[in-house]
Amino acid sequence: MTAKRIGRITKISGNMVTAAFDSPVMQNEVAFILHGEERLKSEIIRVRGNLAEMQVYEDTGRLRVGEHVEFTGELLSVELGPGMLGQIFDGLQNPLPELAEQCGFFLKRGIYIDPLPESREWQFSPLVQPGDTVRAGDAVGFVEEKLFRHSCMVPFSWEGVFKVDSVANPGVYTKRQPVAHLMDEKGSIHPVFLSQTWPVKIPIRAYAEKLKPTEPLVTKMRLIDSLFPVARGGTYCIPGPFGAGKTVLQQLISRHADADVVVIAACGERAGEVVETIKTFPTLIDPRTHRPLSDRTVIICNTSSMPVAARESSVYTAVTIAEYYRQMGLHVLLLADSTSRWAQAMREMSGRLEEIPGEEAFPAYLESHIASFYERAGLVRLHNGATGSVTIGGAVSPAGGNFEEPVTQATLKVVGAFHGLSRSRSDARRYPAIDPLISWSKYRSIIDEIQRMRGQEILRKGNDVAQMMKVVGEEGTSLPDYIEYLKAEFFDFVYLQQNAFDPVDEATPEDRQIYVFEFIYHILDSNFTFKNKDEALHFFQQLRQVFRGWNSAQWKSEEFRNTEEEIRGLLHERAVSASHA
Amino acid sequence: MHKFYSRITQIAGDVITVEADDVGNMELAQVMTGRGSSLAQVIRLDGRKVFLQVFAGSRGISTGDRVRFLGHPMRVSTGDALLGRIFNGSGMPLDRGPELSDDLVDIGGPPVNPVKRIVPNKMIRTGIPMIDVFNSLVESQKLPIFSIAGEPYNELLARIAIQAEVDIIILGGMGLKYDDFLFFRDTLEEHGALSRSIVFMHTAADPIVECLLVPDISLAVAEHFALAGKRVLVLLTDMSNFCDALKVISITMEQIPSNRGYPGDLYSQLAARYEKAVDFDTAGSITILAATTMPGDDVTHPIPDNTGYITEGQFYLKNSVIEPFGSLSRLKQQVNGKTRDDHRTIMDTMIQLFAEYRETLEKQAMGFQMSAWDQKLLKYGKLFEEKMMSLGVNIPLEGALDLGWEILGECFSPEETGIKRSMIDAYWPKTHESETITG
Repeated sequence: MTAKRIGRITKISGNMVTAAFDSPVMQNEVAFILHGEERLKSEIIRVRGNLAEMQVYEDTGRLRVGEHVEFTGELLSVELGPGMLGQIFDGLQNPLPELAEQCGFFLKRGIYIDPLPESREWQFSPLVQPGDTVRAGDAVGFVEEKLFRHSCMVPFSWEGVFKVDSVANPGVYTKRQPVAHLMDEKGSIHPVFLSQTWPVKIPIRAYAEKLKPTEPLVTKMRLIDSLFPVARGGTYCIPGPFGAGKTVLQQLISRHADADVVVIAACGERAGEVVETIKTFPTLIDPRTHRPLSDRTVIICNTSSMPVAARESSVYTAVTIAEYYRQMGLHVLLLADSTSRWAQAMREMSGRLEEIPGEEAFPAYLESHIASFYERAGLVRLHNGATGSVTIGGAVSPAGGNFEEPVTQATLKVVGAFHGLSRSRSDARRYPAIDPLISWSKYRSIIDEIQRMRGQEILRKGNDVAQMMKVVGEEGTSLPDYIEYLKAEFFDFVYLQQNAFDPVDEATPEDRQIYVFEFIYHILDSNFTFKNKDEALHFFQQLRQVFRGWNSAQWKSEEFRNTEEEIRGLLHERAVSASHA
Repeated sequence: MHKFYSRITQIAGDVITVEADDVGNMELAQVMTGRGSSLAQVIRLDGRKVFLQVFAGSRGISTGDRVRFLGHPMRVSTGDALLGRIFNGSGMPLDRGPELSDDLVDIGGPPVNPVKRIVPNKMIRTGIPMIDVFNSLVESQKLPIFSIAGEPYNELLARIAIQAEVDIIILGGMGLKYDDFLFFRDTLEEHGALSRSIVFMHTAADPIVECLLVPDISLAVAEHFALAGKRVLVLLTDMSNFCDALKVISITMEQIPSNRGYPGDLYSQLAARYEKAVDFDTAGSITILAATTMPGDDVTHPIPDNTGYITEGQFYLKNSVIEPFGSLSRLKQQVNGKTRDDHRTIMDTMIQLFAEYRETLEKQAMGFQMSAWDQKLLKYGKLFEEKMMSLGVNIPLEGALDLGWEILGECFSPEETGIKRSMIDAYWPKTHESETITG
């Protein structure tokens, strides 16, 4: 494979180009279409006879039949190394700020910029000595990158055990200068650099074992952490119709989640939303690290008007970067918004390939592609004993808001938690609009199981009564039923709903959630005596009012304690007894 | 200079296939028929076979007709010479003015780099309280009006166009009735807005391929002005016709349909147009208002559904009013905090009370007894509908906020509104307050 392998374009249809070749080609290898000075990246997705069908990651306007295609022999890859934190890449890992510097307002096709700047110098400190044995994924040293010690690791693709032949002295290095030389079992010497490349569609597996996700990933959203928790290394999905608040929810989680690194894959969604993240994150301070949120964030951005094929690659680029940080023993959260756009990109390509369509014209392999993407999440134990995790949260945009459609259904099969957004909740301004009656999670909550069950039970009961009341009216509902209904409404209003515009209420830490949930549990479990429904309604309205103030009070502040006393006073007058012993 | 080809091997729908060499994808061609010539665009290449969608339609094309390739993609002339002019979907004048060929730009250009966008922060005032007060329109927003046939969505668009404080108005009409076209032209002229307007008009009688070009051509011109620092408002009506034209072409091309016959890339096609809405860092802006008629008033139909996922909110126009529930401007929070300090209070309070009014209406319809509170709500709802919701109302934002306080004062006591004390002290109408104290 030394000579350049060249093909010729025979067919152009949308973003699919067919090329005839006469030397061997490889499935999924990257090829460049040569159009004058331009080189357009594409990927072989099907081979038939001597024709290679390629999806082009760029606009195909003006391309001609007969133009040359250069096959590279490499799979679509990303470069992994220090310098990714705080960066904004497109789906092919082009840094967008640098692209703007070079090309101005518009994204010019065929321009590919080094994802990690070549001239950037890093302060390297070695961690191994000559004679040590290492293997793929082991750190030979580290550089300081923003918040972390960024490990410089033995390339993940190297097989077997290596002996350290030499390691660079502490000092300043660029990504092109080797920082170590390793000897393989046969005695040849290989250099190790600060960065390495990895094909995006293959999971990084340079760890000892994959563990079961058990530890909760606290998002500081009460409804999620308490009722439908997410685990570190787990997966969850957020399907919802437009306008139900998927993106706002993902943005809140990206700010508050208890993760070391957050990778945001803005896949086929509005550019405006990404802009908001880009512009606000550098100014928002992470309370955990006291550094700007952008320091722990990597944004992969392929918005809806950018080329469709690159939309497909953007989720893989994102998950590969997430896996890379996991190899350093970090906890990474990947937020993909929206996986439906990724699925639609697959559908578009499948249509151009004239494959036999499955349901709603999605390709038959939709399910397996979705499953293998979510399977890249996980909690792992590394060779050095440390653990790292990748948690994946995917937004789903079901057509017509109907969860029966193929993407939602394929996703539900493989995720560990389901946060279903409902239009009726968002219309009623009950945010976050996660519907507690349809959502579920297989992970352990931070809340005691008995208390959590009671919370869900009261919500179900309250809903039953509310449905009944629609038919028989308030008059026809018995007082005990009515009280159950009020309890459910109360629980919903003061605990499940969270005000994203209130600086305190927008994020509730774990210990506060446990404390408040237990407090509410006793209220839900208490018996109350009321003369009539008006009195009951009035009491719960009053309780709700004070409780909202409590939610806005700083945790453990003077105001917090005072409000708690006020609530206890209110309850003391009314509650007869707790029904549990 | 250009070579002619005359082997037309297939004519299906508005797509013809001709055998030719060295043709670029998406480039333009000219088809010479016995009845004149039409432009056509390359939409697929397969060996020597070139698939062309013919702008004027394929009717009357003979297999012996000649085709000439122009060697460039669809372009449109830009610049101040376009102001006040009316063109068809392929950029040909409809107003007896001269054909323009200066400052040509390609249509359907590349997307904007997201890092060169800024967070939108300027409100566009329309004089319509249901928009200004409750769902403010923001510069660079893309917003459709979801409606059904028969509703006055074109009247609404025209009104916003003539009242909005923007530099340039570009109207892209798709599949419009000729009457509607005349209506737009006359309205713009009457209000002296034609001189800052450019119209690209495709009527229902025109070939459907031209319909496909209208958004691209309108937005390419808009982009040119925005880069020159202008604030441009683009009106697209009716985007459902554009989607239907897409459907026709994709089925002609034997693409596999995904949902109700629409192509699988409907989302991407719509997004490529709507995402042209932009507020450029250090230049002007493009705001897009579109009409989308919902077939069968069904918001889950693929057209409104895909649109809703792309746009930054939507206005529902129902029974000739902008429906407060369901209508949403996702960007309103960026601007309504800096207008007048009571803006958000009025917005939230009036909508909450209006929601209660709707519940009361339901109760009334079911024959439940009306309490004193219900009576107040009924009075409030009626006033709200008459004085705020009606599309006949035309007052500036501040006037609308004052009117809001007046309506609240007429119907409720301050405590009943749940508005916080400081706001009441500052804005509650004095006459009504004394009434409630003495009464």
